[in-house]
Amino acid sequence: MKKPWRGIPWTGETMTTRTSDPMAKPPQPLLDVRGLGITFSGPGSLVPVVRDVSLTVAAGESVGLVGESGCGKTVTGLALMGLLPFRTSRFDGQILLDGENLLELSERQWRKRRGRRIGMIFQEPMTALDPVFTIGAQIGETLRTHFRIGRSEARERAIEALAQVGIPDPATRHDAYPHELSGGMRQRAMIAMTISCEPALLIADEPTTALDVTVQAQIMDVLGELSARSGMAMLFISHDLGLVSQTCSRIVTMYAGEVVESRAADDVLCRPRHPYTSGLLRSLPSFTPRKGRLPSIPGRVPRPAEFPNGCRFEGRCPHAQQQCSARQQLQPLRDGGFARCWRSEELSLPGVLS
Amino acid sequence: MQNQFLRFLLWRMVQFLPVVAMATLTIFSLIQLVPGDPAATIAGEYATAENIEAIRHSLGLDRPLWEQYGIWLWNAAQGDLSNSLLSGLPVMDEVLRRLPSTLTIAVLALCIAVIVGVPLGVLAATRADTMLDRLVTGIASLGVAVPNFWLGMILVSIFALGFGWFPTTGARPISEDFWGALHHAALPAATLATGGIAEIARQLRSSLIEVLQSQYVRTLRAKGLPNYLILWKHGLRNAALTLLTVIGLVFNHMLGATVATEAVFAISGTGSMIVNAAINKDFPVVQGAVFVLVLIVIVMNLIIDLFYSLLDPRVKKG
Repeated sequence: MKKPWRGIPWTGETMTTRTSDPMAKPPQPLLDVRGLGITFSGPGSLVPVVRDVSLTVAAGESVGLVGESGCGKTVTGLALMGLLPFRTSRFDGQILLDGENLLELSERQWRKRRGRRIGMIFQEPMTALDPVFTIGAQIGETLRTHFRIGRSEARERAIEALAQVGIPDPATRHDAYPHELSGGMRQRAMIAMTISCEPALLIADEPTTALDVTVQAQIMDVLGELSARSGMAMLFISHDLGLVSQTCSRIVTMYAGEVVESRAADDVLCRPRHPYTSGLLRSLPSFTPRKGRLPSIPGRVPRPAEFPNGCRFEGRCPHAQQQCSARQQLQPLRDGGFARCWRSEELSLPGVLS
Repeated sequence: MQNQFLRFLLWRMVQFLPVVAMATLTIFSLIQLVPGDPAATIAGEYATAENIEAIRHSLGLDRPLWEQYGIWLWNAAQGDLSNSLLSGLPVMDEVLRRLPSTLTIAVLALCIAVIVGVPLGVLAATRADTMLDRLVTGIASLGVAVPNFWLGMILVSIFALGFGWFPTTGARPISEDFWGALHHAALPAATLATGGIAEIARQLRSSLIEVLQSQYVRTLRAKGLPNYLILWKHGLRNAALTLLTVIGLVFNHMLGATVATEAVFAISGTGSMIVNAAINKDFPVVQGAVFVLVLIVIVMNLIIDLFYSLLDPRVKKG
């Protein structure tokens, strides 16, 4: 299986855990999310925004988390970081990092792992950096939070991190303020800050969405190289299946706060097993013939308060039948992976590569 | 750099001229509405109409109003604030003699307002929407609403007359007796500070809440930074611009509010000077005092503008 589109080198062999021996017992994954549920409590109301999310990321592996806006991808990412407001959020299930349930840790213990074992970069590089401190000061501060090092060593390592993400003249840029850099450079600085403490897992929440197309490819290159070189695992959150399929070996699709499909990237692209994933794939412009109308999924994601009891995609699904109004479970598939659709084995859904 | 700074200062001076002209012209116009005639006051009870007319002529009060104002402005531009109509003494000397008491009260009040207001604002922001927050916000609203002169009298009756901790009235020159001056200034300054405390706490609260909800604070938390660093280093630094603006406004307001406070505590500062002169329609004195106060306000604003460029790298000098 080749990756035929766009000019980004396919580094899958070095960064995935698709080992040749299928009988080998899989090692304990780095991140193991089991049945994660997130409920926001407002004044007099409980809104379940995410339900029964299970996913794993092995050490060094890149996993994509895809779905439209409002599917709960970002909320899931923030929950893994412990960045949701604790006073108004309730959690179910487990978030195991190195076999340790983060949800049972005290805020202080969780903080020590945040930025050190698990880091996150965000969508908006223009607003994600503190405007009144230099780039270098913000990187150095991160380092000095997690390591006992002096100022000069922090400076050295910050410059090193800036060089790693391909920022030219890193020693000068170290003393620049965020507003003095372009969007792409800021996102690079943001990545440099996050990788400076060498986390085992990087959560990238739409890291290229706010950037120009040319810069997008550069940032993807940087992330791919970093992950290949340092063996850092990545959870790549995006609505762009095309972008995700270039970097990730596995793809987890979320719809309306639930995981609906979780399989190897190539399998998903050729033979999606959930109608929603198939719809997402078919609405990618790069895979559609030039002439004719771009296919799209009719309707929109229901809001959390209006989630139906049965299959949450039923209202927009072209294959819906009566049994779909029953609650759907994530079912193991014959050819590996999971899908949350009772018709997943019988339907032959169009992918993008066949 | 040096050149740029000088140009900045020069530009501010040019901006300052119309401000002074407008302020003094407004005061001059308002004083014309005050009943009474300074010439008659000077001439005394048994003066004839000719006497009063002669005095009026010698003081230049028989000239058209715009001419009176024009002469005053022309002299002021040359550094001469004219003489008092009543006492005949140079206004500048009188203002400079009384200014230290007023400044002592105002500066002390500002210090109290910052020292009390900042922690209150931070507390309210970090405990947003809790009972504590509502308590602080409530006290702040009360601080804005309570009239200064009334609060002054209450404080005097409790802390000066009741406990005897502070003198009831008067002031000491700060150049001769530093601690004595502070002791005398404590109650008037506390009176003056209430509005400032409330204003600083309220504005800092809303600014800090906005900062703490920002994307970059989420980044800071994602880095694993401890909460105290997020709040006191990044939070306050980003809210500092708002804080600085509020401090400037509060100080300017305090300078004006000294008028009532000095009356309550019988302090002979510039505030009481303005009140007395206005009652007697002694316009050169009122004008002169206002002129000096406007000057102080402008210098204060200039200092704050300079701090802006120090605190925020996005603000360019000049």
